[in-house]
Amino acid sequence: MAGVSEETIKEEVQKLSGELPEGVVKELQRALVKKSKEKAITRDQLNRIISEVKNAYLNALVEPGEAVGTVAAQSIGEPGTQMTLRTFHYAGVAELNVTLGLPRLIEILDARKNIANPLMTIYLKEPWKHDKEKAREFAMKIEETTVEDVAIQTEMDLFSMTFRVELDRSKLRRRKLTPLRVARAIERDLNLQVWVKGNLIKVKPAIESPAELRRIADRVRKHKLMGIKGISKVLVKMEGNEYVVYTEGSNLEEVLKQEEVDETRTITNDIYEIMNVLGIEAARNAIIKEAVKTLEEQGLEVDIRHIMLVADMMTSTGSIRQIGRHGISGEKASVLARASFEITTQHLFDACIHGEADRLSGIIENVIAGQPIPLGTGMVELQMKGGGSRGSK
Amino acid sequence: MPALKMIERIEFGLLSPDDIRRMSVAKINTPDTYDEDGYPIPGGLMDPKLGVVDPGLKCRTCGARPRECPGHFGHIELARPVIHVGYVGVIYDCLRATCGNPECRRILLRDDKIREYKEKIERLKKEGGKWWEVSAQAIKEAANAEKCPHCGSRQPTIKFEKPTTFYADKNRLTPIDVRAWLEQIRDEECILLGIDPKIARPEWMVLTVLPVPPVTVRPSITLESGVRSEDDLTHKLVDVIRINQRLAENIEAGAPQLIVEDMWELLQYHVTTYIDNAVSGVPPARHRSGRVLRTLAQRLRGKEGRFRGNLSGKRVDFSARTVVSPDPSISINEIGVPEYVAKTLTIPVRVTEHNLEELKTFVRRGPDIYPGANYVIGPDGRKFDLRYADREELANNLAPGYVVERHLKDGDIVLFNRQPSLHRMSIMAHEVRVLPGRTFRLNLSVCPPYNADFDGDEMNVHAPQTEEAQAEARILMRVQEQILSPRFGGPIIGGIQDHITGAYLLTRKQTKLTREQATWLLAQCGIFEELPKPAIRERGREYWTGKQIFSMLLPKDLNLTYRAKICEKCASCKEEDCEIEAYVVIKNGKLLSGVIDARGFKALDRCEILDRIVKDYGTTAAREFLDKVTKLSIAAAMLLGFTTGIDDEDIPDKAKERIQEVLEEAKERVQELIRAYERGELEPLPGRSLRETLEMRIMGVLAESRDKAGEIAERYLGLDNHAVIMARTGARGSMLNLTQMAACVGQQSVRGERISRGYKGRTLPHFQPGDLGADARGFVSSSYKSGLKPLEFFFHAMGGREGLVDTAVRTAQSGYLQRRLINALQDLRVEYDMTVRDDRGSIIQFRYGEDSVDPAKSDYGKSVNIEKMIDKILVE
Repeated sequence: MAGVSEETIKEEVQKLSGELPEGVVKELQRALVKKSKEKAITRDQLNRIISEVKNAYLNALVEPGEAVGTVAAQSIGEPGTQMTLRTFHYAGVAELNVTLGLPRLIEILDARKNIANPLMTIYLKEPWKHDKEKAREFAMKIEETTVEDVAIQTEMDLFSMTFRVELDRSKLRRRKLTPLRVARAIERDLNLQVWVKGNLIKVKPAIESPAELRRIADRVRKHKLMGIKGISKVLVKMEGNEYVVYTEGSNLEEVLKQEEVDETRTITNDIYEIMNVLGIEAARNAIIKEAVKTLEEQGLEVDIRHIMLVADMMTSTGSIRQIGRHGISGEKASVLARASFEITTQHLFDACIHGEADRLSGIIENVIAGQPIPLGTGMVELQMKGGGSRGSK
Repeated sequence: MPALKMIERIEFGLLSPDDIRRMSVAKINTPDTYDEDGYPIPGGLMDPKLGVVDPGLKCRTCGARPRECPGHFGHIELARPVIHVGYVGVIYDCLRATCGNPECRRILLRDDKIREYKEKIERLKKEGGKWWEVSAQAIKEAANAEKCPHCGSRQPTIKFEKPTTFYADKNRLTPIDVRAWLEQIRDEECILLGIDPKIARPEWMVLTVLPVPPVTVRPSITLESGVRSEDDLTHKLVDVIRINQRLAENIEAGAPQLIVEDMWELLQYHVTTYIDNAVSGVPPARHRSGRVLRTLAQRLRGKEGRFRGNLSGKRVDFSARTVVSPDPSISINEIGVPEYVAKTLTIPVRVTEHNLEELKTFVRRGPDIYPGANYVIGPDGRKFDLRYADREELANNLAPGYVVERHLKDGDIVLFNRQPSLHRMSIMAHEVRVLPGRTFRLNLSVCPPYNADFDGDEMNVHAPQTEEAQAEARILMRVQEQILSPRFGGPIIGGIQDHITGAYLLTRKQTKLTREQATWLLAQCGIFEELPKPAIRERGREYWTGKQIFSMLLPKDLNLTYRAKICEKCASCKEEDCEIEAYVVIKNGKLLSGVIDARGFKALDRCEILDRIVKDYGTTAAREFLDKVTKLSIAAAMLLGFTTGIDDEDIPDKAKERIQEVLEEAKERVQELIRAYERGELEPLPGRSLRETLEMRIMGVLAESRDKAGEIAERYLGLDNHAVIMARTGARGSMLNLTQMAACVGQQSVRGERISRGYKGRTLPHFQPGDLGADARGFVSSSYKSGLKPLEFFFHAMGGREGLVDTAVRTAQSGYLQRRLINALQDLRVEYDMTVRDDRGSIIQFRYGEDSVDPAKSDYGKSVNIEKMIDKILVE
């Protein structure tokens, strides 16, 4: 018996769209087309496959009332005990520090504003991405360079009341700088008197006092000569068939402004920055991506749906909320729920002043009150009236 | 049982002084509690009107007996008002945000602003939002005003000094002043201060009357010696009354201002610590013994406090706890319960015509003879204790309408739990099997979800009492329903350790079984079917292969092809011709090629066979398969013999020499690296300092040498070695463990680096300062078997200790993370429209997981395993 044609397969499978998720439909179509080329599929078989797939999908649906939140929390929390505590591991790019394991997971869920190891992966546009020299040049350009970075040594001369910086020629050359330009920059930006003598730069404070000297010494050392603020270390790596720039430190907003950068793929691991630059939806995806990466790296299998739920919960209000008392738990509707988590008494005091009423709509409140919880079999609100025999009213 | 009445809401508010007086049954004014005869003094803190705790007495107020009487509040009239510590912040806000002019006392905002804020608040209030967040803004704005926009008077700067003192400019505000100020704040402006005037007037935050909680809240305990010991709250209240009395007397006597103020201050201190004994800036009140008193706030707060200790988690009846031990002969659905426990835990059974006779015999047997009963409850609700009642008479009277609390018996459903309860599989429902002994028995396959072992672990049993609870437990929580973990959609219950080795030994090629052996194996797992045709005939004798025996457990239409755990991942797979039988083919329920190992049915692994059975044939089939396959495997391991010992790690002298050479060579290379570093010839890695580069290079060289040493050892450790069988099949241990025993332990590390701490520039005085060589920095070149040298042993202990500390820290951290996650997400549920919503009804996800698929019902996260489905249908 002859098999069905590719068109029929597509046509039949497309009937499923709307009923089944797009991904499943596409995968089914792709698989069927591939199979039909190896071996003929009869009409009957096609119909059976389609109905079986549909049944399998319907059987896999969640049931209303399922405590998906608790299951997600357990699924992410339970493997926590199996994670490493090592902060500095060298993964992927051996030269960069990455936070991994439990500390990173906590960092993500805590929605920390200042993460321990911000990191960017910068993809480049055409001429740069295939040219090692150009990629390196770009990397040098964005690396934040301070006077300190190009100096061999710095010295405070209290006798002559000057601050002396000995510059490193090779470091300057690599960044296309000269002692003169360094001096000019200091002169211009910090408004100080500067002398240049070979590799030596002398800076004199406006007021001659040791305290002032110390102050300007600090400012000169930390003075930015070039690059983007926050980008402390850059690294060019071949990845696939293109050069990619990895950076320690992150500044998505400024980096995206650079013309060399492929702004569609460049990414940072700082979720707050993503929210500020790309918006909350992007932040939600970043949370998912970072959490999945952290768990996967540890070899832990956690269904992505759990992580998506956590990310959605964190971002559902339009800004990132932490998992904890300064975020979701602190903003709960119920007084009792808040009081039973942390800072018990303050929540109670405040509730009294505001004249709050707890409507017992959540889980923990009903546990406290000793009532059925509104989840699963306890979610039913309609009840049959007892008493009376069959037939009678 | 449906709840008769449900609490709809709980309102919070402040009590006005009048409220406090109105609900009070006694004015308390004497600091003494009992007179010489031991009777409570009226007007004292133990006034009998406050309720009863001593058995035999009746409450002087409501006439109820102890336990029935809830207790009644009394009150103390304070001689001078004091500030409530919990509200100093709010009081401060009120003072700052309202006009300092006693004639005015309006909020320091222009009228239009007031209107604007009020509108916002009203709107939020209607929506049920947090309107006081708007008030916080209003307060902030008002506090900055320098002049009152209403009366134009200059505003004093209000200063707040911890814990309870306020100043207006330089003048101290006494609580009387504060109270007067707050009294003058208008009702309609309270809302802008975050106060709901209908429920809480601002001046109520300054106490003039103190409620005295009933004695039931602060029961005294009588020690064995007959000495009465009072509750901390009583002690604190005595302090309050005593100082209050003295203050009143002094005011009466017209004592100097200074003395009155001192006492007033003291009264403030006592009331403050009575409410909260951990306010910063206030020395905590102590017991005579120096112990810090546990006052009101402390009773509520923290893990052991009222909220987390008694309300969110409650102590229960009908539970038991004892040590667990293994029993491979019971089903995974079952739990072995000692008779002693079965006689203590009871299940209430309604008497019907059908169970009347059985229950009669239970009642006759009473509490001491096993299957008996402990209590009978009559139709009128009276409870008879069968220890003392006339059992014969009760049994004869038994009729429908009675309830018998009978002993636990086989087939009852109970919940079984092991802490820490990290996921829902930590509490599962088991069917009772009453067994001799004193421990709970559980099948080994359920160890992974509980994370249990038998080195002294204890577990808890709970017996659900109502039919509804029992039904829910049986349908939703039974072990077989939990085989698939919702974490990743794969089995979390399955074979472990010997189950895997046993199955491997049974199913590998060389296993040849006589009829006797084959039937014995099958009998062990309860199969009494006819044997298939023997696969081998040699010298007129019939033999069966292990694969044939194993196949008898498989569903008849199972088709499966996969690579076993032992697969070496060769570049080109020889499939069925694989020497080590790593290519598994099951056709129509027959294991045609390949061995069964961890990939077959191990818990928490990609166990293909078990996975397929649960997902395609249902949980009952999976439970039966697991019960049988574990018994079969253990029988096979017993029959075929399996043991391991330290001589499994023996390697020939030649190999040892080779390993020595490799290690020596590596050490020499390390020396070279160090020399290059010292000469400054080492090329730094990008973004790393020279020193870091050197460390990384050395670590690399040493790791490589350890691996090489391992490889050499592995060459002599083949699949005929039992330790290797365990490692390769995934039953227990890893090849790394084995090579550490046989060849070389490798680099010890602390904080991810080679060991560098200890003395200045060196780890131990046995080395030269600055020695960066392998041995000086914790490289252990010995093997566990050959034994560690003293220095190596020391380094090894350093690494080991770090591991222990790490584990301890990690459990604490991840425990807290879990608590926060649960707290943040517990209110989420899937609604009938497939959205995920929180308890407010706000939508968190429009479709759960974007495809509404339950991970527990998914195939490792996929809603439909299309490949397998197509193959299944096309094969037919």
